[in-house]
Amino acid sequence: MRSGGFFVLRVLPRITKLNAPSTLMDKDNTAAVKERLVVIGNGMAGCRAVEEILARDPARFDVTIFGAEPRVNYNRIMLSPVLAGEKAFEDIVINGDDWYADNAITLVSGDPIVSIDRATQTVLAKSGRVEPYDRLLIATGSDPFIIPVPGKDLAGVVTFRDLDDVDKMLTAAEKGGSAVVIGGGLLGLEAAHGLSLRGMKVTVVHLMPTLMERQLDEAAGYLLKTELERRGQTIVTGGDTAEIVGRDGHVSAVRLKDGRTFDADIVVMAVGIRPGTTLAKSAGIEVERGIVVDDHMVTSDPAIMAVGECVQHRGACYGLVAPLWDMCRALADAACESPSGYEGSVTSTKLKVSGIDLFSAGDFSGGDGAEDIVMRDAARGVYKRVVVKDNRLVGAVLYGDTADGSWYFDLLKKGEDISDIREALIFGQAFASGGALLDPNAAVAALSDDAEICGCNGVSKGKVIETINAGACSLDAVRSTCKASASCGSCTGLVESLLALTLGGEVQSGPKTMCKCTSFSHDDVRRLIGEKSLRSIPQAMQELHWTTPDGCSSCRPALNYYLLCAWPGEYEDDQKSRFVNERLHANIQKDGTYSVVPRMWGGLTNPRELRAIADVVEKFNAPMVKVTGGQRLDIFGIKKEDLPAVWADLNAAGMVSGHAYGKSLRTVKTCVGSEWCRFGTQDSTGLGVKLERMTWGSWMPHKFKIAVSGCPRNCAEATIKDFGVVCVDSGYELHVGGNGGIKVRATDLLCKVATEAETMDVCAAFIQLYREQAHYLERTAPWIERVGLDHVKAGLFDDADSVKRLAARFRYSQTFCQDDPWAERVAGKDADLHQHLAEVRPLSITEYAQ
Amino acid sequence: MIGDWLDIGSVDQITPGTARTLPVVGFDEIAVFRTQKNEFYALVNKCPHKQGPLSQGIVHDNMVTCPLHNWNISLKTGEALGEDKGCVPTIPMKVDAGRMYLLRSAVVGKRAA
Ligand code: SRM
Ligand SMILES: Cc1cc2nc3c(=O)[nH]c(=O)nc-3n(C[C@H](O)[C@H](O)[C@H](O)COP(=O)(O)OP(=O)(O)OC[C@H]3O[C@@H](n4cnc5c(N)ncnc54)[C@H](O)[C@@H]3O)c2cc1C
Ligand code: SF4
Ligand code: FES
Repeated sequence: MRSGGFFVLRVLPRITKLNAPSTLMDKDNTAAVKERLVVIGNGMAGCRAVEEILARDPARFDVTIFGAEPRVNYNRIMLSPVLAGEKAFEDIVINGDDWYADNAITLVSGDPIVSIDRATQTVLAKSGRVEPYDRLLIATGSDPFIIPVPGKDLAGVVTFRDLDDVDKMLTAAEKGGSAVVIGGGLLGLEAAHGLSLRGMKVTVVHLMPTLMERQLDEAAGYLLKTELERRGQTIVTGGDTAEIVGRDGHVSAVRLKDGRTFDADIVVMAVGIRPGTTLAKSAGIEVERGIVVDDHMVTSDPAIMAVGECVQHRGACYGLVAPLWDMCRALADAACESPSGYEGSVTSTKLKVSGIDLFSAGDFSGGDGAEDIVMRDAARGVYKRVVVKDNRLVGAVLYGDTADGSWYFDLLKKGEDISDIREALIFGQAFASGGALLDPNAAVAALSDDAEICGCNGVSKGKVIETINAGACSLDAVRSTCKASASCGSCTGLVESLLALTLGGEVQSGPKTMCKCTSFSHDDVRRLIGEKSLRSIPQAMQELHWTTPDGCSSCRPALNYYLLCAWPGEYEDDQKSRFVNERLHANIQKDGTYSVVPRMWGGLTNPRELRAIADVVEKFNAPMVKVTGGQRLDIFGIKKEDLPAVWADLNAAGMVSGHAYGKSLRTVKTCVGSEWCRFGTQDSTGLGVKLERMTWGSWMPHKFKIAVSGCPRNCAEATIKDFGVVCVDSGYELHVGGNGGIKVRATDLLCKVATEAETMDVCAAFIQLYREQAHYLERTAPWIERVGLDHVKAGLFDDADSVKRLAARFRYSQTFCQDDPWAERVAGKDADLHQHLAEVRPLSITEYAQ
Repeated sequence: MIGDWLDIGSVDQITPGTARTLPVVGFDEIAVFRTQKNEFYALVNKCPHKQGPLSQGIVHDNMVTCPLHNWNISLKTGEALGEDKGCVPTIPMKVDAGRMYLLRSAVVGKRAA
């Protein structure tokens, strides 16, 4: 087939052997000629196959991809979050235009292939374009199944497969009204969830008695149904659609065979999918349910491969992404001459409906010799069932608590003998692995290399580790390199554990998650509290997929603060989410007693206060009283039972809590200022008192200290405070972001103002900006280092009204905070926090001693 | 008549997700916990690390974070979780008809230091 010595003819190989050389080299001319690979289908499998090939041998093929959809390759599974308003299309693009350009791939989008001519090895597109191929890859996915009922062709009947479908649903949802979703499987429920979040009244009609019956057993299906009903959806199980009723050519209702009728402005048909085989069939390729392929994804025509949902491999057709990642690897291995072979996949399912944790894998239908282990926790709404056969795990259904899903799935895929851990199997990995394995890193370390970490992108543990070892040292780097945790984010915790395990201390922090209980960062959580209007800790945990039943000691206080800051006056503070100091309004000491610091406004005091403090010290036998570094007095060694009585006495002398314990305003240090000092330029003491009166009692991300110095000699150390004022002849220099603590940081000069009133406004505005933007437990110094002084200045001054607006928000929230917490306790509030439950007096010690 | 179980009061004296203290004259104080899922546990109120009062910690799931240095202690077993090592004695406890009971023989533990 070669002509002459100078060029190479393209081989049009009737490939018989997979590892036949696919590029011919001219003996005299070393230039290689690439084979032409044409891909039909610009979807998940088609593009992934190309990626896999490029990763192995970027020079092998000239690639042309035809896509029926007029857009680049995106993550189809994320259409559900797009519908629900949690993602935008840009967020779910897998490969943008630059990917095609960088890899010299020709993308022909919006132009479906209408026929394949195997004799000439060409494909014909709808536009008339003819494209020759050496190798053809069919990746046409599947088509939604439409039940053949009257009315199925009415306007307003949509399927849920691509972005156009989502657009149709969104257009309908804009007008409000009712939606009927036919089909209560994964797709149907995700569509229903999205439409319901978009404000439609949603009815789900499902033919079978159990929702998602292919993945769930009856018990889990019931819990799911109850939860969806609680959220306002109408769920009809055992509902057989008779007709889609129309009015003026548009849907108006759905009628069931039993006569029940449901209003519908839109009907979503989500009853199942069929492999997209039309093209292959008419080209005479072997097709059964799907396009029949061998273990190398080659069809009955050796020049034609197929991959994804359109194929049938060893009798199985798949409707999830995980198997197609495996298929694509096998395909690329074969196409690049190191055939490995695909052996079929075991799949697992998760439902992407926020706040509903549901996992299912394998076979849970029971059957001969299968044994069930079930655990229910009604109070938590948890149901777990694992199915064991011949000492091997063969199936698992988890509802409400899916933290162990990947562990079960791993056990299932490996088919290991589980007799040793059988007793504890149902309690999850922590218990089954021998007690207190609560360290998530240890749990992840125990996973095998081929355990799947990222379900959305099909990335195994081994692959993540490889990526990290190749230099990806942060979450972001891992996300952009191997895509693990780049989609729905639910595996972020796992990826972080792998980073920690692989790199030890060298993990570079990306947008860190708030804690191990969530995959969201502090910023995400703050944003979502606003967007989703989350009003309580349990609601936030539910809606944001918290992976622990009620959080931990680091996220609970943070959530409490974020909610308090977001909804002043509405949110009810959750005492049990507060660190003991803030719960008891005193500082816990190493011996379990408390220290009490009353406020001394601006460091000023008087005989009455001093007398009251002296009396308290004597009356309660306080072992020590000390002048603090914050210009006030600290009384040590008070028992929690005595705190209310101590406060009562201090209150009586006019003193209130000094919040020496709080993530809140601590002290306002002042110097003597113009009133006495020979250098003083302004009344620093008076201004300090005013600032303290304005700011005391507010809750903040971390503690906040203020100081006012009367002149640049700065005796109040204003330049190491969160907000510092240095008085000068012409006015006030306002400083921010200082810290005299662990890492000393001098302040940045924020601005200069002329009057006390302006100082007060800027102070209030700065505090509010910090309150609304900083992460919990981030003081102003690290906050400003992170976001930059310019960001703070922009937030305050870019818009002439910002200071006024922020200050107004601060003052509004202060109207709910400036009640002395001590006075409330003295009046009897939360008495149980102080009093013992009871006291036990053993009658005679010998009677009980063992 | 002294039964095996000591009645220490009604369950609604403890808010879910918190703990209260039960001093035993001459012996170690006991912390009685009620979790958010309404499980009840009793432990000696002393962290195995440096005797922090566990009753004052944040309760989550079935553990408590010690208020002094943030060790996590299992309410079930009294054991320190994660990297930390140590164990605090637990007192068998049961709830019946809305009342809480401690196993009498376990209430008197070590003589207070
Ligand atoms: C009582 C006091 C020491 C004293 O006897 O003078 C004190 C005592 C404590 N400081 Fe302080 N700090 C005290 C002034 C300071 C100062 C000086 C100041 O405010 O001018 C600083 C440096 C200035 C600063 O904060 O930038 C200071 C920097 C810290 C830090 C490091 C903060 C940082 O951001 O780096 C901590 C640790 C922390 O907050 O995480 C801390 C924490 C603590 C804690 C709360 C430790 C704890 O968590 O239990 C101590 C509580 C003791 C107790 O039981 O009462 N303390 N601490 C001072 C109380 C001031 C007051 O009236 O409220
Ligand atoms: C809303 C939704 C949510 C999902 N959620 C999950 C989930 O959570 N987990 C999970 O594992 N799976 C999920 N799936 C399934 C998953 O998306 C599919 O398994 C996967 O997309 C299949 O990939 P594919 O490449 O085979 O098909 P597709 O991604 O559908 O790609 C096929 C492409 O080929 C194009 N095409 C078809 N015919 C032609 C032609 N003649 N010419 C040119 N182009 C053509 C189509 O337009 C399409 O773009 C979900 C699917 C949907 C629709
Ligand atoms: S410097 Fe502060 S935190 Fe350290 S021992 Fe002294 S009071 Fe405690
Ligand atoms: S005393 Fe409990 S953690 Fe240190």
